[in-house]
Amino acid sequence: MSWWSDFLANPVIQQKLPTATLETLQMVAVSSLLTALLGLPLGLLLHATAAGGLAPSRIVNSIVGAVVNFGRSLPFLILMIAVIPFTRWVVGTSLGWQAAVVPLTLGAVPFFARLVETSLREVSPGKVEAARVMGSTRIKIARAVLIREALPSVVAGLTVTVIALIGYSAMAGVIGGGGLGALAISYGYQRFDTQVMVACVVVIVVVVQLVQVIGDALARRLDHR
Amino acid sequence: MTEPQIQLRALRKIYPAKGADVVALDGIDLDVPRGAIHGIVGRSGAGKSTLIRCLTLLERPTSGTVTIDGQELSGLPEAKLRSARRRIGMVFQHVNLLDSRTIAGNVAYPLEIAGVPRAQRASRVAELLELVGLADRADAYPAELSGGQMQRVGIARALATEPAVLLCDEPTSALDSATTRQILGLIRDLRDRLGITVLIITHEMAVVREICDSVTLLGHGKVVEHGALGDVVGKYGSHLARELIPVPDLPLGVERSLVEVAYSTDDVATHVVLAAVAALGTDAEIAAGTIETLAGRRVGRLQIDLPDDRVEEALSRLHSAGVHAEVTR
Repeated sequence: MSWWSDFLANPVIQQKLPTATLETLQMVAVSSLLTALLGLPLGLLLHATAAGGLAPSRIVNSIVGAVVNFGRSLPFLILMIAVIPFTRWVVGTSLGWQAAVVPLTLGAVPFFARLVETSLREVSPGKVEAARVMGSTRIKIARAVLIREALPSVVAGLTVTVIALIGYSAMAGVIGGGGLGALAISYGYQRFDTQVMVACVVVIVVVVQLVQVIGDALARRLDHR
Repeated sequence: MTEPQIQLRALRKIYPAKGADVVALDGIDLDVPRGAIHGIVGRSGAGKSTLIRCLTLLERPTSGTVTIDGQELSGLPEAKLRSARRRIGMVFQHVNLLDSRTIAGNVAYPLEIAGVPRAQRASRVAELLELVGLADRADAYPAELSGGQMQRVGIARALATEPAVLLCDEPTSALDSATTRQILGLIRDLRDRLGITVLIITHEMAVVREICDSVTLLGHGKVVEHGALGDVVGKYGSHLARELIPVPDLPLGVERSLVEVAYSTDDVATHVVLAAVAALGTDAEIAAGTIETLAGRRVGRLQIDLPDDRVEEALSRLHSAGVHAEVTR
């Protein structure tokens, strides 16, 4: 029997790999969506309250900045365990992919917010000034000038974040988050099933490549510079 | 006489700083009549940028008033200021178009802000692009345009809300000289057709010579010289007259001096001036000279290189010929 047919006949790969893949995809998709929804306004807040921003405020900026830095400085493995009570409160359980969404989102939001802030900083202040002279409100400037002009770069930042989330999602498997990470650990690592390990790696690599290709294409479509 | 479209009174802007405060504008008075093109010149740091930022109230003046089209902006609260700003069109050195929008989208942007309905926006945008000669590039993105075309879009955008006043902040400083002339020609043409009042901030004297009716020289936050172009040019020896009719800097031999002669053909004919110079003899040479027609007035400047001991005599002879003359070096 060849290695390949042996590989396909592996019951773990046949039965568990599709479910685990689906769990990983769901976990990453939901936490990516939440990260985008929460991280974008947070990044905007960081940029707007900074000196020279739309609504400069030293106090707000340093508080938000400190919270974001705190979130970013925690290693994900520790964050994940530390927020278990919060996760239980939100989802009702600390197990399963739904529960993993909570620490994943909490870990990715500060990261993405900083990327958004950097992207917004690259929008020339002249464009903001032009909009102000035209009589635009600050909220409209934020949307029509800052975010719209930074969008290609924000999309590139989101791509990086989603790929980081795929990495974190495997770690979520360690504490019962399910998905490909859990499969790789319980079969590939603890039961020395190399075939399962290889299968998990291949699926993850393919998913990461797809995300990158889609992200790049989207950023390119939005970019008219 | 109608009241001026742009009126500044005792405008001051002080930036608080550790130690001594920085006085960026120190009591500026300025009147620009309806339909005029007025230039503001000065070295960097003279207060030009602060002035334009105070004119649009992007910076609140420390004291003094800014009145545009009869409305005093300096006292308005933020919300009223936003609608008042629609009476001001602004053109920037770096144009500041939105890269994510097409040309038509950029021109439509101020109309969106002003709440103009979509259907009206489209026809107004078409009209504006026609006006600046870019009707065929409506669907292009800014990155596809040349610097001159981008500035045309910038001008169309500035005119979108039918402002009374067009403020231009170094509009041609990033452009080559041929494109500069085209853009200045467009601005003058628009003034002629729309009767809009134009204020141009620039460090390029060529811009002033090309289109300005009047000019203000700023220095250290104050008005140093001011006047209609024809008058300013006639103030021989003034800083603006020298800058507007430049004569190259010259190397000078030992024990020799430079006497500068300036005149306008309104007062003295060129051949009379030349005869007076020729009468000084062979050791007095015309080392450099310019004769130009500016603001309908023909003016000349000559640099005469002569021995130190002949300066007094030369000055009195030139003065008696009715020519302005002074020792410059």
